Amino acid sequence: MQKEKKKKIVRRIRINADKCNGCRACELICSAYHAVPRYSSNNPARSRIRVVRDPLADIFIPVYAGDYAVAECAGRDKYIIDGKEYDECAFCRVSCPSREEFKEPDSGLPLKCDMCEGEPEPLCVKWCLVGALVLEEREEAVEDTAVPEEMEELEIGLEALADRYGLGKIKDIVARMSKKD
Amino acid sequence: MEIDLTRGSIERVETDQRDTELYLGGLGTNAKILWDRVPPEVDPFSPDNLLIFSAGLLCGTPATGSTRTIVSTISPQTKLMAFSMMGGFFAPELKYAGYDKVILRGKSPDLVYLWIHNDKVEIRDASHLRGKGAVETEGLIKKELNQPKAQVASIGLAGENRVFFASIEQGRSSASRGGIGAVMGDKGVKAIAVRGTRDVHLARPAEFMGLCDEVLEYIKFRNENPIPGVMPILAGLGSPQEMAIHDEKWHTENFMWGNSRVRRKDFWTEEVANQWTETMDKARIRLLSCYNCPMTCGATISMPGHPTYMMKCFSKLTYTMAAFSDLDFGLRIAQRATEYGVDGFSTPQVMAFGLELYENGILTDDDMAGMPADNEERFFWLLDRIVRREGIGDILADGTYWAAQRIGRGADAYAHNNIKKHEQLPLKLSMLNPIYFLMYATGEKMNITQIEGQFPQAPFPKREQREEFVKDWIQVPDERFKQYFLDWELRGENSIPYYPTVEMCCDIVDWQERMHYIDDALGMCAGLSSFPLKPPYHIHNYPKFISAGAGIEMDEAKLSQAARRYRTLVRAINIRRGMRRKDDRPPKNHWKKRFPELEQKLLDAYYAFKGWNNDAIPTATTLRELNLDFVAEDFFKRGILTDDEDASSKAVLAEQQK
Repeated sequence: MQKEKKKKIVRRIRINADKCNGCRACELICSAYHAVPRYSSNNPARSRIRVVRDPLADIFIPVYAGDYAVAECAGRDKYIIDGKEYDECAFCRVSCPSREEFKEPDSGLPLKCDMCEGEPEPLCVKWCLVGALVLEEREEAVEDTAVPEEMEELEIGLEALADRYGLGKIKDIVARMSKKD
Repeated sequence: MEIDLTRGSIERVETDQRDTELYLGGLGTNAKILWDRVPPEVDPFSPDNLLIFSAGLLCGTPATGSTRTIVSTISPQTKLMAFSMMGGFFAPELKYAGYDKVILRGKSPDLVYLWIHNDKVEIRDASHLRGKGAVETEGLIKKELNQPKAQVASIGLAGENRVFFASIEQGRSSASRGGIGAVMGDKGVKAIAVRGTRDVHLARPAEFMGLCDEVLEYIKFRNENPIPGVMPILAGLGSPQEMAIHDEKWHTENFMWGNSRVRRKDFWTEEVANQWTETMDKARIRLLSCYNCPMTCGATISMPGHPTYMMKCFSKLTYTMAAFSDLDFGLRIAQRATEYGVDGFSTPQVMAFGLELYENGILTDDDMAGMPADNEERFFWLLDRIVRREGIGDILADGTYWAAQRIGRGADAYAHNNIKKHEQLPLKLSMLNPIYFLMYATGEKMNITQIEGQFPQAPFPKREQREEFVKDWIQVPDERFKQYFLDWELRGENSIPYYPTVEMCCDIVDWQERMHYIDDALGMCAGLSSFPLKPPYHIHNYPKFISAGAGIEMDEAKLSQAARRYRTLVRAINIRRGMRRKDDRPPKNHWKKRFPELEQKLLDAYYAFKGWNNDAIPTATTLRELNLDFVAEDFFKRGILTDDEDASSKAVLAEQQK
């Protein structure tokens, strides 16, 4: 069946690293927004955005979480831009096995930016008074493959678990849990 | 968390909920611990002295600007309680690791650093870090632990060598006043590194976030609408935005140069302005903020031939002005001073004091053997000697008061800018200002900028301007403050020194001080609260933040009472260490025109207002009213108070009549 093309507002956060003051308010409010119940706690380690900071080298890069990568990349190159040395990881938006970024600190499950669905703008943008984060919206024709947001999160989580423990084990556990019900 | 450095033991102790209610946190609970556990006989460099790092009550919550670490101990310089504060990222990280405080006691036989990573706490060898700079140490520890996100508070050479004005450096901030870095060095602790990945919870989240939104909205509004009629650094929020501002006419022409001696009224020429602007533009890489704050009060500074470092507000000018030099020199020497870890107010004045003694023949060529001829080089040379405690540096490392005592030969006349043995802001003014007189005299923070704020520093010339100002002055605790300000004139009957009246002055000073003490318990930056005019945090919304955040039911009266409680406790600690009315005075030459009778009246009235007796000692009635019965009992036992509460004030009178 031919998938239907649909018009959709695509949102992204434009990063202006030159304006970043390194305060990490974006990390804090992101983690607070995604706490359950909402705002009940905060912990930048759970944030879906992070500021890669090395003040003395003038490195301030806010990055928000993209898709989960099963394998770590083969790259890990160093780049020199304007005399400053960056690790490739500094720009990367994925959570992957080789680093702790964009993972729940206790479960290790990957996190992905959802643009604070339901809010007029992502809260990191709202809290960034220095203008380093700016919301951009544009209309795009996209294939309607949209999965409800929470299903998508569940899928990412399950994928990560399957990656870690093997799909067989996950199936066994799900089967056992279903029996209990 | 309690660490005994002598035994190498680490103990986790639950925070006392009742004490949190009574003293809030940060400074308040620090004061309680110091009162309980450090008796007055304990010397600052005794193993029994405590060094307490405390996060404020709101640190780690989303409340914008609540980032302050409050470090408390007994100061080697004043021998009184020191409670220096630093911004940056340390306190929130400590909260995320699961701790409110780190209490250090004892002394480590070898140089160590602490590594706090959530539950895991280690005392680690730091012998390879001996002599390293404070900023350098931070980098080395992060690398060694492979923890780029750890926050590190460290001392430099000055702290290791127990220089009386050594600081603790961290991120883009430092805890500088009172020589707490010397106590850290004395305990054999080079640094504390902390990394936390735990949750910080809120009692009533939705309500709390609503309050945060209001504060952010207010900050945006104030940034777009600076207050008219006051100088640029007072017109907005944040601690004075020194790193952003190029126009230094006001500081360079109104503050004193050298050893706080000379005012250069026509200093700021076009040529100087151009040259300084160019220097600052080249040196400043980026404006920086502390954790969760949009105010950008600090900056990364890079001077050719020197490593990059981070600078906070006023050290931009202190070295420059002490040496009669230019901004280029100031930014260069501040880099080295930051690595050494020294207080940016005391250090330049101590060096200028040393040179003034030399120029006046009190220090000789023998004392200064090897000193270069070039003025700027002399400052670098003195700084190096002081932090190593070499030759004359060993004497100057004790600060102007104690150095003068050791040198003798009339040197004490040159240590002229002290309050309670501590170097003050290099300011000398003409006519006594009664509000500032009270703040200078009775403040215990050893720094006037940490007591002032809220109430305009001077009257506005026109009534219409004043009416405009009070229109949206929501921060006043009571409407009467508006009237005080409306009636305040530049000249005539309602002008300084007899207006504001003695009673009004007490009221105004009490408000200003109260706000600072609240900030220091909550860990809030004064730059968003007690220091600027019309800040986003004030007595009306603070109780809501505390209730919704910490779940302690709070209202304005209860909060004011709590602040009064631990403010009185700080005084009690110092009273027990011998401080009295005679110590409550500004530097002798701070104002040219003095009014001795009025000054005595101001002190008498303020002490009465605070519930202290005539010798500046809190009375038993006051202490009991504040649930500080244990202080009253101690005072009676020691004979500081007697059953006849007037007794000690009679003693003062007798003293005065001698």
